[in-house]
Amino acid sequence: MTDLPLLLTSITFLPLVGVLFILTVRGDEAHVARNSRLAAMWVTLCTFALSLVLWFGFDPTVGGFQFTEKWEWLPEYGINYQMGVDGISVLFVLLATMLTPLCILSSWSAITKRVKEYMIAFLILETMMVGMFCALDFVVFYIFFEAVLIPMFLIIGIWGGTRRVYAAFKFFLYTLAGSVLMLLALLTMAVQAGTTDIPSLMAYHFSPALQTWLWLAMFASFAVKVPMWPVHTWLPDAHVEAPTAGSVILAGVLLKMGAYGFLRFSIPMLPIASADFAPFIFTLSIIAVIYTSLVALVQEDMKKLIAYSSIAHMAFVTAGIFAMNQQAVEGAIFQMLSHGVVSAALFLCVGVVYDRLHTREIARYGGLANNMPRYALFFMLFTMASVGLPGTAGFVGEFMIMLGVFKASSWVAFFIAIGAILGAAYMLYLYRRVIFGKLEKEDLKALLDLSPREVAIFAPLIVLTLWMGIYPSSFLDFMHASVGDLVSNYQTALVAAGKLPAEALALAQR
Amino acid sequence: MMYAAIVFLPLLGALIAGFGRHALGDKGSQWVTCTGLGIAALLSWYGFFEVAVVGNPTTVTLFTWVASGDLQFDWALKIDTLTAVMLIVVTTISFMVHIYSVGYMHHDPSVPRFMAYLSLFTFTMLMLVTADNLVQMFFGWEGVGLASYLLIGFWHEKPSANAAAIKAFVVNRVGDFGFSLGIFGVFVVFGTVGLDTIFAAAPQYADYMVTFFGVEWHAMTILCVLLFIGAMGKSAQLGLHTWLPDAMEGPTPVSALIHAATMVTAGVFMVARLSPLFVLSDTAMAIVTIVGASTAFFAATIGCVQNDIKRVIAYSTCSQLGYMFFALGVGAFGTGVFHLMTHAFFKALLFLGAGSVIHAMSDEQDMRRMGGIWKMVPWTYGFMWIGSWALMGLPPFSGYFSKDMILEVAFAADTGVGHYAFWLGIAAAAMTAFYSTRLILMTFHGKPRANEHVMGHVHESPWIMLAPLVVLALGAMIAGGVGAELFIGEGREHFWGEAVKDMAVTEHAHHVPGWVKLLPLVVTAAGIFLGWVFYSAKPKWPVRLAEAQPGIYTFLLNKWYFDELYDRIFIKPAFALGRAFWRGGDGALIDGIGPDGVASLTRSIAARFGRMQSGFLYHYAFAMIIGVAGIVTWFMVTSAGH
Repeated sequence: MTDLPLLLTSITFLPLVGVLFILTVRGDEAHVARNSRLAAMWVTLCTFALSLVLWFGFDPTVGGFQFTEKWEWLPEYGINYQMGVDGISVLFVLLATMLTPLCILSSWSAITKRVKEYMIAFLILETMMVGMFCALDFVVFYIFFEAVLIPMFLIIGIWGGTRRVYAAFKFFLYTLAGSVLMLLALLTMAVQAGTTDIPSLMAYHFSPALQTWLWLAMFASFAVKVPMWPVHTWLPDAHVEAPTAGSVILAGVLLKMGAYGFLRFSIPMLPIASADFAPFIFTLSIIAVIYTSLVALVQEDMKKLIAYSSIAHMAFVTAGIFAMNQQAVEGAIFQMLSHGVVSAALFLCVGVVYDRLHTREIARYGGLANNMPRYALFFMLFTMASVGLPGTAGFVGEFMIMLGVFKASSWVAFFIAIGAILGAAYMLYLYRRVIFGKLEKEDLKALLDLSPREVAIFAPLIVLTLWMGIYPSSFLDFMHASVGDLVSNYQTALVAAGKLPAEALALAQR
Repeated sequence: MMYAAIVFLPLLGALIAGFGRHALGDKGSQWVTCTGLGIAALLSWYGFFEVAVVGNPTTVTLFTWVASGDLQFDWALKIDTLTAVMLIVVTTISFMVHIYSVGYMHHDPSVPRFMAYLSLFTFTMLMLVTADNLVQMFFGWEGVGLASYLLIGFWHEKPSANAAAIKAFVVNRVGDFGFSLGIFGVFVVFGTVGLDTIFAAAPQYADYMVTFFGVEWHAMTILCVLLFIGAMGKSAQLGLHTWLPDAMEGPTPVSALIHAATMVTAGVFMVARLSPLFVLSDTAMAIVTIVGASTAFFAATIGCVQNDIKRVIAYSTCSQLGYMFFALGVGAFGTGVFHLMTHAFFKALLFLGAGSVIHAMSDEQDMRRMGGIWKMVPWTYGFMWIGSWALMGLPPFSGYFSKDMILEVAFAADTGVGHYAFWLGIAAAAMTAFYSTRLILMTFHGKPRANEHVMGHVHESPWIMLAPLVVLALGAMIAGGVGAELFIGEGREHFWGEAVKDMAVTEHAHHVPGWVKLLPLVVTAAGIFLGWVFYSAKPKWPVRLAEAQPGIYTFLLNKWYFDELYDRIFIKPAFALGRAFWRGGDGALIDGIGPDGVASLTRSIAARFGRMQSGFLYHYAFAMIIGVAGIVTWFMVTSAGH
């Protein structure tokens, strides 16, 4: 099925067709709003349907890139428009195309101002996200990687909360610092290797000294996006100010960009530096897990709490990636996917009550189990998935990461496992304050349980949460070959550099 | 197929009752869940004869769970004698508790939810005991934790119930932390998490050394110790026991099912299941023995002074679990599981009996406000005596067979830790007799201490609550006598087969000196006598004793101050650190130096250039343009050089 040359381009740019359509809508405001919503919904659903071809057509036995396409762009500089997916990226494309229609649906009645522009921003956002995961040329990747932030800025800055300007500004400062350095790395690599083609760059051997500098430059960009401690403080503010759907995409897809960058660039292209810096990453990950979990414990704002928990969960991912064995890396990818589903669902859960009461302050709630039993049930499921209860999506990734990390370093596993205890504490404490207790406040008593539209938003997420928890093979099977290649190439590079004894090769692939 | 039905019928019942609660109503949900459990219980008994008596262990593989490199494990049901014993214990007691709940919870507005949770719990417990790999055991392990959390916090409007529910989950998570590290360690050593493969390979690793946490360990010792931390959490052993007494916030049938008869025995089950690993490490076995014996003693001391009827029984559970552990620790795995089985019957009986008392006393749980009701609730009164006798270990009740055997194996082990366990066990036996007598006398005898309104309402429970008590009472009376031959007697080798690694100590236990066999009975009689003196003959004495020794009394009444200690060293510091990291770390330090610092710097510079533009998009786009210009320039410069 890899002979569908235009598939990835079509998935990437189909949302832009919707943008063109929405731009042509004329009439009074209500009419425009309604048609924009409908158009956006249809286009994103079609995009999702189209992306399902990847699910059925992807050949999981092959490690390399599939559905590849290549057009000359700036041949004299070795830059081409090039797309393709492998077992690492393919599921992220599906994650992005699945979450976007849910976001549109969740904004149906929550967004009333400038609906047309909002929908356009979301469609552009989808194009950029999908393009980023499909890009096989560093320059193309860089453009998508940076441009994805523009619609996100707009979504936070225009449809956000009261401190949206501060939040967007913070976001900007952090990412700017990272982008500049990544650009430098990109230029250096292009000059050295004479190409910006990602598969060629993966095969190119950069000198160890250069690897260190390139690694640090890329790290600056990726660490901000993950976000890793201590460059994480933009995330809680961005989440708090973003509208619900903005938070969903931010947590669900955008947070994966940094970790994806590590997997796509740092590890395969700069293996020696990656090995050298692994202890550094482990240290930052441990600090992040414990530090942000403790911070989450004392939050008074629901969204901030979940934002901090996202940082802790992503720290599991970074630790897993740099443990560099089959279980840890597959676990890290799985954790990113499951976090994409679960944290998206948790932000939607916050959105449900925010839409009704217009506050995120935890103390304002309490006792919702009494009048919103269905909501209480859904929230419970996602809470349990977030704390990594076996049988839910959250467990598999976390377990595989910790197991893989334990193989690499038992101390690191020891410390990040503490995060699992703290995770239970802050999530259950949140749940108790919102859902349990006496229903005493008058305005809470009037709240209605989930509407059919809201149930429709949660339904696919519930199915995925359980599916990924009970039969994760559906998803893990996509990864085996590509991750296997990644791990063995990494080990081979280290052996060649004399950093690893040759017998370690076989061991790591166990 | 049959085994799958045993495990999944309760799940099916839970789903139907939970999601169909509007269609089914209270009655329907009760029928669905009770029927599911009833069939599961019947099949379990059939399976028990098939597997344990006839001897046909089997494993049913359902489908793959995770496969990644060498890490492969399935959803599978492993049925051997140990599992078969657990199946009949879990399903039978759960079935009784289901039926009892029909009567006990009939006033409650959320009956279907309650029944669904009970069945969900049973399902996860069955998954735990049928696991053929460590990760599925962990699934059941955390699953029962979830069910327990939901049921402790069932009355979710009560703040104390919510706090207790969270405490139970989080304290169990601390144990699970050890369990999961143990699983990782097992995978590193054995390269698999499947039980059969591990057990087959275990003897080769008897002297294997491994480096974890920068220290070189005897592999089996460190693995077993890590796994045992999980068992300590679930089975409420000393240090991780604090959640169990608080768990009494849940409805009483829950206390009977989860916090006495089944879930808390998961730790015992786990150690018995992993006996092929534990026997390879003397150190780990010694730790199990010491922790078990200490818990048996410690919990009994607290049980002597508590006033809440359910808390007394809760501490007695803690203490009895300690007995089971030290039996395992000296190598008598069959004996430990035997006590698990008999204890399940009489402890469920005691709890449901206590529930019947609480029901009769208009939800009063404090024994200081009971008394003088034995004539009004004759059946409950009788059942409570049977349960207490079985707990004390009086012949011919079932506790006699198992508890005496435990003390005998501890003595027969003839090691330092064995004697430690034996003597603490004897002391705990005396205290058990004392607090059981105290409980009965305070609850049923003496002058009525409740107000007239409550006393006017005292009534015997309906038949739907008494019928399960009859079954459990039968179990408390005969389970020990009937099972002794199979579990610990001559038939034990055929009975257990390959399921547990019972050691020679069980044989030695049958040949201990006469005084060892007699001593438990003597101290039990003394305990009963003391209880009678204190709470019937001379009721002023306990008060005077408490006044004379206020230090010891408050120390015991406050449960050795574990909760206060943990609050000081864990909970308060965690919140304080969280606040410090948030305000100080994120707020002052990172943001102060980072974005906010840069921002104020930028503002002062920008002020000189005047206002450029206000939109952030502009700034960003500007940076992009510079970036693109940079690329183009760079390439032009470099390519010009070629």
